[in-house]
Amino acid sequence: MLLEVEDLSVSYRTGRDSVRAVRGISFQIGAGGTLAFAGESGSGKSTVALSLLRLLPASATMTGTVRFRGESLLDVNWEMVRAVRWAGASIVFQGAMSALNPVRTIGQQIREPILLHERVGERAARIRTAELLDAVGVSEGRAGSYPHELSGGQRQRVMIAMALACRPNLVIADEPTTALDVIVQAQILNLLTDLVRDTQIGMIMISHDLSVLAETCDRMAIMYAGRIIETGPSRDMIRRPLHPYTRALAQAFPRIGDPGSRLAPAGLAGDPPDLRQDIDGCAFAPRCDVSFGDCTTHPIELWPSGERRESACLRALPDFANRLPDPAAVAEDAS
Amino acid sequence: MSTPILEIRDLRVTYRPQRRRRAARAVDQVNLSIGSGEIVALIGESGCGKSTLARALVGLVKPTGGEIRYDGKPLGYHTSALRRYRRNVQLVLQDPGGALNPRQNVFDAVAEGPRLHGLRSDLNRRVYGALERAGIRPPENFVARYPHELSGGQQQRVVIAGALALEPSVIVADEPVSSLDASVRGEILRLILDLRRDLGLSALVVSHDLGLAWNIADRVAVMYLGRIVESGPVGDILLHPRHPYTQALIAVLPDAERTVRPKLLGGEPPDPTMIPRGCRFHPRCARRAAYDGKDPRTELCTSTEVPVLAAQGLAGEMVACHLADVDTPVEVPVDE
Repeated sequence: MLLEVEDLSVSYRTGRDSVRAVRGISFQIGAGGTLAFAGESGSGKSTVALSLLRLLPASATMTGTVRFRGESLLDVNWEMVRAVRWAGASIVFQGAMSALNPVRTIGQQIREPILLHERVGERAARIRTAELLDAVGVSEGRAGSYPHELSGGQRQRVMIAMALACRPNLVIADEPTTALDVIVQAQILNLLTDLVRDTQIGMIMISHDLSVLAETCDRMAIMYAGRIIETGPSRDMIRRPLHPYTRALAQAFPRIGDPGSRLAPAGLAGDPPDLRQDIDGCAFAPRCDVSFGDCTTHPIELWPSGERRESACLRALPDFANRLPDPAAVAEDAS
Repeated sequence: MSTPILEIRDLRVTYRPQRRRRAARAVDQVNLSIGSGEIVALIGESGCGKSTLARALVGLVKPTGGEIRYDGKPLGYHTSALRRYRRNVQLVLQDPGGALNPRQNVFDAVAEGPRLHGLRSDLNRRVYGALERAGIRPPENFVARYPHELSGGQQQRVVIAGALALEPSVIVADEPVSSLDASVRGEILRLILDLRRDLGLSALVVSHDLGLAWNIADRVAVMYLGRIVESGPVGDILLHPRHPYTQALIAVLPDAERTVRPKLLGGEPPDPTMIPRGCRFHPRCARRAAYDGKDPRTELCTSTEVPVLAAQGLAGEMVACHLADVDTPVEVPVDE
């Protein structure tokens, strides 16, 4: 197994409060596997990404286990973590403009991790930089350019080249196409898909757009209030979302030609819960249009809900499968 | 649709060059009309001139040529005419986090417009009413809050309330949902539809997101390099696009059901300082490439400009392509 995460929790200390951003999640990825994390802002998906490489701020506390190629990352020394970053696993951040250094050329920025981690000379690093730029579709003559001289799509390609610089086994892409135009988005997604297919790199991709994730990742995990609430094969999940929250996310971006969404945008009212509090029962129940009494009291966990699928909705249990929603929830939805 | 409330005729915005660089023809002869109570989506990529057009429409950018007509009368650019115009046509900015002043509370943010327009006598009614209509309920719980105390969706609602406070008849919204969460996106789009239903508001919504047009617009206009290349009713254009550029935009939308990989648009991204000769899309056009040498009209693509689309025909479909009547091969198998 390339990456095994068990019962990972992360909390941030803010003043006297503690925000429990990630609340016990487990997942694993094999070599060449692709896993998508989806959810709203504040669902914990980016915190998961940062915690895997221990990039969290000092105010954060992590518990659980993160094993990368069999080695626990939570209790090794910083030297080891630094070696894993770049060479073992690397991140493509969202917003390439702010993630790149504006006063250094992109060539210098791609060479830096190579020189630091690969013990090669300047000449070899230059050759590798040219190869990387070529692999991501940026002409190698661009190595002397500064980030502001590139388009948004080219900058994102440079970010991907940097992430690949030290031949990692795992790439974590955090909203890699947010803020990009549709055509550039498609180019970047094709690039990532081809890289994964050709090099057997494992990939974790994070986004709030399920259709983007379903195109690029085999499996998908939906997060809500710090927990995974549904997981399974991506296409199957989009076709047949079982958890009401997954359904809401899947409908948020319409399929052109679907008469149900024409002049009828699908939203989700309400706000996610306060993560400083304990949450009894299902965290999504207050916003759910099909919830019933037991939803707020019954302990919730991920239950098997189909082939290779799990859902944290009580209806996944045979006892509750056919429960009708409480009239109150329905009435509220209609108003 | 009824008579246009807002008409753009032959509009041009050219940015003057600095230091001997070429001029950028950001908006290059655009005709577009918005009917009363109509929602029009203007779709295009970054750099196509759509945001410049939106800014020109609210009088923030003075056009180099052409005119904007509101309610049949051309817009003048002296202060009092602009002031009157802006009460009727309001801009909703993208990125609500950046549009709101972090040191201004919700009340003052919404009251800013009315105050600038000297509408002080019933300020409370205006502000509370606008917040209520924008879905900030109850308004009294929110007026004293600051932007950082609001969620992204609430911030966008406050920005919209700021536009509504002047009781405009048209709103121009530039990427109103692109920085918002998936779950909030639908809520804000539904709000725009509700405002049209309840207040008869017209809207021009500028975006790169075709799904947004499908969700809320009656008509869609697709812009490429400063000009509209195809426009018409949303159902017609999005389901049966005829311009190769519109086809390329639709073909690349993520689709989990897809079994073929879309052919991506090649070539350089458009640059308004270097508009190609002939049809401005021809260097990237898959249709021209497919018919090159087979259809004599492909010569027009490289030599002759496509006639500018007119604004008339609120319901009709229009396409600016020399080869509008032939099909384009747009897809290749995923496992090529």
